[in-house]
Amino acid sequence: MRVAEAWRVALDALRANRLRSALTMLGVIIGVASVVLLVAIGTGTKQKVEQQVEGLGSNLLLVVPGRIEVGNAPVVSPLTLKDVDAVTRVVGDPDRVAVTVASGATARAGARSDFTTVQGVLETTPTVFTRELARGRYLTRTDVDTGRRVAVLGDSVARALFPDRDPLGQQVALAGVRFRVIGVFAPLGQSLGVDRDDEVHVPVTAAQRLWGTQRVDGIAVKAPDRERIDELGEQIVAELNRRHPDTEFSAVTQQQILGVLGDILGVLTGVLAAIAGISLLVGGVGVSNIMLVSVRERTREIGLRKAVGARPRDIGVQFLLEAVLLTTIGGLTGMALGVGTALLVDALSPIPAAITWWSLALAFGVSAVVGIVFGVVPAQRAGRLDPVVALRTE
Amino acid sequence: MTGAPPAIEAVDVSRTYQLDGVSVEALRGVSLVVQPGDYVALVGPSGSGKSTLMHLLGGLDRPTGGRLVIGGRDVNALAPPEMATLRNETIGFVFQAFHLLPRTSAVENVALPLVYRGVSARQRRERAAAMLGRVGLGHRLDHRPNQMSGGEQQRVAIARALVTEPTVLLADEPTGNLDSVTGAAVLELLEQLNAESGVALVMVTHDQEVAARAQRRITMRDGVVVADSADPRSTHDRPPSVDHGRPATLVPAPSAEPRSASGSGPGHPSGGSGGAAGATGRLPREAESNPGTKPGGTA
Repeated sequence: MRVAEAWRVALDALRANRLRSALTMLGVIIGVASVVLLVAIGTGTKQKVEQQVEGLGSNLLLVVPGRIEVGNAPVVSPLTLKDVDAVTRVVGDPDRVAVTVASGATARAGARSDFTTVQGVLETTPTVFTRELARGRYLTRTDVDTGRRVAVLGDSVARALFPDRDPLGQQVALAGVRFRVIGVFAPLGQSLGVDRDDEVHVPVTAAQRLWGTQRVDGIAVKAPDRERIDELGEQIVAELNRRHPDTEFSAVTQQQILGVLGDILGVLTGVLAAIAGISLLVGGVGVSNIMLVSVRERTREIGLRKAVGARPRDIGVQFLLEAVLLTTIGGLTGMALGVGTALLVDALSPIPAAITWWSLALAFGVSAVVGIVFGVVPAQRAGRLDPVVALRTE
Repeated sequence: MTGAPPAIEAVDVSRTYQLDGVSVEALRGVSLVVQPGDYVALVGPSGSGKSTLMHLLGGLDRPTGGRLVIGGRDVNALAPPEMATLRNETIGFVFQAFHLLPRTSAVENVALPLVYRGVSARQRRERAAAMLGRVGLGHRLDHRPNQMSGGEQQRVAIARALVTEPTVLLADEPTGNLDSVTGAAVLELLEQLNAESGVALVMVTHDQEVAARAQRRITMRDGVVVADSADPRSTHDRPPSVDHGRPATLVPAPSAEPRSASGSGPGHPSGGSGGAAGATGRLPREAESNPGTKPGGTA
């Protein structure tokens, strides 16, 4: 029997049992759609995180005490502003060095209050990281040197404390100490569920006095060029190790952060796809089941076809094609459903979703393979039926 | 026709089934020759082995003993796919229950055997339509089985059996599901096609009148041929008793040369009387699937 003919016969058989075919396909549709959707969400999240890490600014080098590895507890920093000066000497350009000392604190303005993160920073922060102001100005060298109590509010904090008036020039109490608002950041949005606009920047000197500490949590350096970035990191770490022989320091680049995050999100995407794959597998078992029923139901037809000259292979191919047709039509429908849902999710919810061609190809390929794998047994059974017995079946 | 090779030749053919560990001898040494153009009625009580013999003659089944040659090919030497091709090229089947594909038009039902022969769709339709015309259904090409009467459905089945121009047409109670008027018309059609195209017609029937019209009549009982009007020596009124050895000894092995002359024409007149004697057995309508009925039970 010619292949085109076999396709036609298989299509006719599916059409003859529309409802059953549709229900059988539903299993595959759901399986493929969930694979496509979950992979899209995983990929979209990964892309967004990568964008955000890259959006921090290019050629960034983060220097922190301890080791940057998944599962390592943060270390209390032994760094002080003197260490920052030493690092600045290594770098050779004070505008390329930023620091942070951060702590949670309650910000209060009049009757309103908001628990937020207060970051003690240098005036270089907007150049090292890419941050834009919506209103007012950022900290100045003088603000930092004199420990002036001025603050730049994140978008969320500004909205929470001053919903109906201009925050510029207003007083904000941070941990009970008054600061004057001199600027408001442009909104950044969320990243990995964290509100990046929920922060207040104050001069690092003022922050240290506020908490009674000399500590600096971390140093960020904007390297002059990408080629020198690893070398520069090594030099900085060497200098810090000389100054603090008891502590280990790490200098990580964006590429390394991206690598670690990419690994984590890659595993996450894989797990999501595997879970969705299970539903595809269940759909495949459904196809197998229905094909066995179909073989039994059409035993007489099989007997007749054999009597008029169908070879075992002709019958087997007919039923195998039927199974493959079920899963591939289901697969295509599932792909459309998955893509549609992913686009909706991306547009209407904060969850990012990105369609990748490989997830579509994979889903379609898997559904076709599922059809073959789960169609083989029923097809063989059909092909081997004894025509005498088959014709006698009522 | 004389001198042509036989369409089917069975030599001491037996068929034993294993049912739940019990051996059931459905055929116990049957020898016969079907010549091209023969018109044979196969009669006998239920469980006598008629259906088993039909399945063997049609290449749907294989003998467990003896030699069976269909269209010049020894069935025992053929693999399943070759058997399928043999059936497609040599045999046409007509069943009591029609066995048409539902939801499929008459012309497509008739064209089905051509599908497995690799004939193009256009040619299939042409040949199927022509064949439907020959059985008087030229106006029913695109009707589906459920839109046709029983007689029409059986005509479609006959057209399907003949569209491949087989040498043998095997009909298993072709009129069994039809009323007498329709049945007679179908029978006439079969006889006409047999006479016109020279296809050998082997027909299982319970109907004495139908059997009486055949040119040759083979009576079976308990898995053996007890009478063959084409071979007067094999005509016996009584079946072999239970404890016989191989009943094959009662049937002369067909050595094709001398028998082919007497096989077709001259057998006809004697067929009427000889066959009547052979078919005196009662016809209890037991399940066909009970080929193990012991001789003592029906005698």
